[in-house]
Order: sequence, then structure tokens, then C-alpha cells
Amino acid sequence: MYKIIKKERLHDTIYSMWIEAPDVASSVQPGQFIILMIQEKGERIPLTVADFDREKGLIRIVFQIVGKTSEELSTLKEGDKLYSFIGPLGKKTEIALYGKVITIGGGTGIACIHTIARALKEVGNEVISIIGARTKDLIIMEEEIKKASSKLIVTTDDGSYGRKGFVTQVLKEILDKDQSIKKVWTIGPAIMMKVTCETTKPYSVETIVSLNSVMVDGTGMCGSCRVTINGETKFVCTDGPEFDGQLVEWSEFANRLTRYQEQEQKSWGIYHKPTHTCRYGKETE
Amino acid sequence: MAEMIPIKERMKRTQVPMPEQEPKERIYNFKEVPLGYTKEQAIYEAQRCLQCKIPKCMQGCPAEINIPQFITKIVEEDFAGAYFEILKTDNLPAITGRVCPQEEQCQKYCILQKQEKPIAIGRLERFVADWARENNVHGRLPELKRKNQKVAIVGSGPAGLTCAADLAKLGYKVTLFEALHKPGGVLIYGIPEFRLPKSIVKYEINEIEKIGVKVITNLIVGATISVDKLAQDFDAIFLANGAGAPRFMNIPGENLNDVYSANEFLTRSNLMKAYAFPEYDTPIKIGKRAATIGAGNVAMDSARTALRLGAEESYIVYRRSRKEVPARDEEVNHAEEEGIIFNFLTLPVKILGDKQGKVSGMECLKMELGEPDESGRKSPRAIENSNFTIEVDMVIDAIGTSANPIIARSATGVETNKWGYFITDEKTKATTKEGIYAGGDIVRGSATVISAVGDGKIAARAINEFLSLGKSLRKK
Repeated sequence: MYKIIKKERLHDTIYSMWIEAPDVASSVQPGQFIILMIQEKGERIPLTVADFDREKGLIRIVFQIVGKTSEELSTLKEGDKLYSFIGPLGKKTEIALYGKVITIGGGTGIACIHTIARALKEVGNEVISIIGARTKDLIIMEEEIKKASSKLIVTTDDGSYGRKGFVTQVLKEILDKDQSIKKVWTIGPAIMMKVTCETTKPYSVETIVSLNSVMVDGTGMCGSCRVTINGETKFVCTDGPEFDGQLVEWSEFANRLTRYQEQEQKSWGIYHKPTHTCRYGKETE
Repeated sequence: MAEMIPIKERMKRTQVPMPEQEPKERIYNFKEVPLGYTKEQAIYEAQRCLQCKIPKCMQGCPAEINIPQFITKIVEEDFAGAYFEILKTDNLPAITGRVCPQEEQCQKYCILQKQEKPIAIGRLERFVADWARENNVHGRLPELKRKNQKVAIVGSGPAGLTCAADLAKLGYKVTLFEALHKPGGVLIYGIPEFRLPKSIVKYEINEIEKIGVKVITNLIVGATISVDKLAQDFDAIFLANGAGAPRFMNIPGENLNDVYSANEFLTRSNLMKAYAFPEYDTPIKIGKRAATIGAGNVAMDSARTALRLGAEESYIVYRRSRKEVPARDEEVNHAEEEGIIFNFLTLPVKILGDKQGKVSGMECLKMELGEPDESGRKSPRAIENSNFTIEVDMVIDAIGTSANPIIARSATGVETNKWGYFITDEKTKATTKEGIYAGGDIVRGSATVISAVGDGKIAARAINEFLSLGKSLRKK
């Protein structure tokens, strides 16, 4: 179980994997996530489902190397097996016929928006997708997102591809021109989601964000992922991961993402020094 | 072979104390604190048993162990026999021998309790189970007729394991579903290594697997598969998924970075082995001065874990007094020996922190005890303007759990009460849907391992009756 069926490198630091997980694939819905462990001594990391194939029993994950576990995951090959892979976790996206909607993905958030855009389009919405990244190479899954949307606009911060600038600039232009936008979904770095919400606020367009908190079990047992929504504590794993972005207390959310920064750096540092020879005790020789 | 000794002799003896790791040593490691009786100590203690004609101890044992019988076997130095005797009804003897609050169970009813020296039944049980494990003695399954009916057990904690084992012994096809990557539930994620070594939990679960229970990990009933779907594939279901959701105080500052629920803190340390970071990848963060709110067994576990992980000072903050502490005496004593500082009659009202999310202190109120409340305990009242600040840099909330709603959402017809716990018939553990049973913390709220074991046994018996009548959840 949990065999890596297909692995693809989308960028120097971004990978895509199709994992064999028939139970998860049969029940997963857009917007949900999984938690995986590479090996018994590993940590449990949550990843939003980028795609699924119910017939073949596969789940697609897309991740960027940001630390020890993601780097270790990137070294696995097709045919390798993961130690644990659970899901689907969290509530599904509220897919309905809204009319005209916008789905925004930034960085690896592009992968997370994929199933949501597709499902929204499938039920008849006009889906405008805006995806953005720092530079051209970091734009991932462009073809898939294009297919999943009625219209696609790509932005890069440096102008190396598509429109130069941020996704929120494009968003603002659309909102200015078009009063018929019913709802916006935005997934990406915390700051991008926050700015998206600030952008849509004057237009009173409901804006859904998907939060990527630090988690352990992912089933509501530990409360590591708690977040303040409209003054109330909620768990991202069971109450979310999607919330009305206007109600999120962003500074607390961003703070809690840094809880283990120090340890994460340490762990990554050690992982990068596999050739380190221990000199402990040698001094006295 | 050791012998029975005259009653007079028995009465003269006092309880054999448990050998333990020294406090100043053990606060630097995660090894088990009580070391266990030696053979000689076990025999000496077992000889004290008066072998009452009408033994009362057994009425205090939800695991239904024939206590005088296994104690006799110890006296006879037939440790394997003692083990088989216990195994007749208790499937987790090394675990219950360690974590049962025997002073509230079997030992409370022991006739010698009157002289405050009851037989140390728990320690004897532990001795027998450890002896069997170390000597490679395994339980034997009686010849039985395999039955075709299938039972699904949801959750692999003490209730689920017990129910699964009892039903497997009766010949049913039992599948045990666990959401986490390792089976054991609270025995694995909750109770620390220094109180219950995980290798022992693993061993006893393996023994249960050997009698035919199929364990499936990484499968979340309620998410990966619904209870309704299980009901199509199984003839009966036992829901024992635990209480699950942590409770918080709902005071300002509780979402600061260095505030943990006990569930998170202990899960990181126990299940994910964050105490061995960076060998294990899961991190845990420890302050210099840690405050644990609450005074139950989980609070003691948390405060003692914080100490072992490097906190210079570890506090228990509790709104009532020493007398009302719900934790076992043994746990409180161990905590005190290790230097845990108790702040009684103290109610946290605010956790103080800086912009980076770091905890810098905890504002509390002084309390006094008033009239007894529904629980019979004196209810604490805040003293006005008694605010003061404890200097701490991490806080652990250990004030209990509430029901995790995931499973109930996917179980049509299985009703819950207003707190989200399953409504069950006390005598059978049957829920409001025929063929579905429930027990353990998802029925009781936060309770003990042994009460969960008891629920598992009652449910197994009721499920056997249900299936023996030819009934089934499955639509034929």
C-alpha cells in the first residue's frame, strides 16, 4: 500500500507524486487533504490533494522542498512505499452553482486549487483561475488548471511569464470591471491569502481560504492546528481547512506556522550533513 | 515450591513496596518508574492473600479476573498457570497491571484494605504478565468453532482491543480499525513511556493479533469509510474511538505558540517520539518553566514529561485543593518526588505573551472552596482582586477532552447526547441502532483504561448474544 506510482519533477524544488491509496481515492472530495509519513521515525505532514483517480485508486500530491521531510520525500522513487498515508481529512469544498467565480493559486497553492476549480466548473460555474508565482519556472500544473477553468490568467512577480505582478492585482482589475463575481477561493502562502481577502473586502465578495496549519493527527485530536475564526477557536483539520478569509485572525495564524521553525532548521541541517563524522570522544585519544 | 502460610503469619506481613527508579535519576530518562516485583517479592506478597471464601476483590475488577485463583498460582510458583488464569478474562494484563487504579478497583474491596494494607493485586498481575513475556509463555486458544459472522471494531484503545480479543476467542471474524499509524489508542499516544513502555503495548497487541484479530491501521472510520458503509459489510460494530477532542480553558492567550493541549504534547512525545528528536522527525518545544493546568492523571503525565524533556521547573496549576485532585495517589506521589510544584486553589484567567507568540506568564486568581457541587467536591470560588502572575514560558492544558464528532456524523441512527457521546444501554453497551455498540471514552467522557476494558467485555458478550440469535446489521 501507499506505493509511489508516478513521480514527476515540476521544478528544482517542486515534485508531483501519484500515490496508491484506493480507500482514500474512493472517498476524497475537492478541498480535502491527506497526512503522510515517509518512515516510522518520520513526522506526519498534511498535504492538500492535488488530484485523484478513483478508478485506479490513486491520489496525487504536489509538494515543495521546504525542510527535512519534504526533501526526504523528494528522494523517493517510483515503486517506493510510504509508511503511512491517511485521509481524506477536513471538510470538502462547498461545490454549488454560484455563477461566475474566481479560483486563485499561488506557489504550490496552484496544485491545491486544481480539484476545486475543476469541480466548480463541472457543475456549471464560469471559473476564472488566476495562478501566480515568483518566476516562470515556479508556475506548475498550468495545463491542468487551464483545463479545469473557463479562463486562466498567469502572473509572475518578475514578469518572466504571463502578466508581471501579483495575483491580487489581476483580481482587483477583474472585480473593478465585473460585478457579477459571486465567490473567490484563494490558496497559497499566508500573506497572499491575506492580501486576497483585503482585496475582495471592499467588493463584499465572499472569499474562501484554505489554511495549512501545523498538525499532528489531523483528526481533531490534538488541537495543534487551532486558529481564531471570528473570535472563536477552530481546528483547521476538522472545522476547515477552508474558512471565510475575512474572519481569519491572520497574525496569529502566521505566528503559529513558525512554532517549530528552530527545530525544523536543526533537523534539516542534520539531514544535510550525512557525511559528518562524529568526533565525540576522539579528543582524548 | 512456596507454600501457603498460616493466617496469623499472613496478617503480620505488610505490603511489599514496589521497587522504583530513584527520582533524581528518573527525571532524566523516559524509562519506566516502577521496576516490578522480583519472583521472591511476588511470592511473599501473594502469600499474604487470605484466600477469602467469598472474595470481594473480584467485584472491583471490570476485567473479571479470578484474583484469588491467580494469586494461589503465584504462591505455588506456577507463574504460567497464573498467567493463563488472568488471560481467561483479561487480554491486556501487563497493561492493566500497570495503569489500573487498583486502589479504586480490586484493592478497595480487599478485606485487608481495612488495615490499609490490601494485597498489591495490580503489582502481582504485572509480575505475572511480565514473567510470561520474558519467558516466552503465550496464551493458548481453546479449540473453537470458527464462526462466519464479521465484527468491526472502531478504535484500537483498551475498549476496542478487549472487545476484539473476547470476540475472536468466541470464533468471530474480527477486524479492528485504527486511524493512527500504530494501534493502541491512548495506550500509545497518551500514556508516557515511563508509566507504560510502548514495547509492552506492542507485545500485548501482537498477542491479540495472534488469536485472529485483524488490525487495520491508517484507516479513519468517519472519513476514509463511513459507519454506514461498515454496516453493509459487517454483522455487528463496536464503536470505541475514544473521546478525542481536547478541551481548552477559553481564556485569552490560549492560542499563543507555546500553549499545548495535553493531547498534542503527549502525542508528540509518546506516539511520535519527539523526546528522541532529531532521531525522530517530530519536534516538541520545551520552556524553562512549564505550567500544566489540571490535576488528573493526564496532567501528571504532562508535567512529568515536561520535566524529562528539560523544563527546569514544572508546575501543576489546579483550581481546587490537594484533597480533590482526581489523579491516582501513586501518580501524585511520583510527581511530588520528582519535584513537580503544585499550585492548588489557583485559576488561570489569562496567558500572557509577546507579539511573536511566545508565552511570558500566566495570570491567575486565588480560589477558595465553597459548598459541595453535584460531583460531591467542594466547588471552588474565585477570591476577588486576588490576581497574580506565575512566570512561565509554556502552558499545557490538561483539563479533559470532549467528543470527537467525526464518527457520529457518519453513523445514521446512532444517537448521541448533548455532549456528543454515544447513548448506550448500560447493560449491553448497545447504541440506539440495533447491531451497533459503543464503549470507552466515546460513551463515558474521559475515564480510565480499566473502565474501557470493562465496556469492551460487556459489549463483546452482548454482540455474541446478538449474533447467536442470527441477527445481523447487514441487509440479507
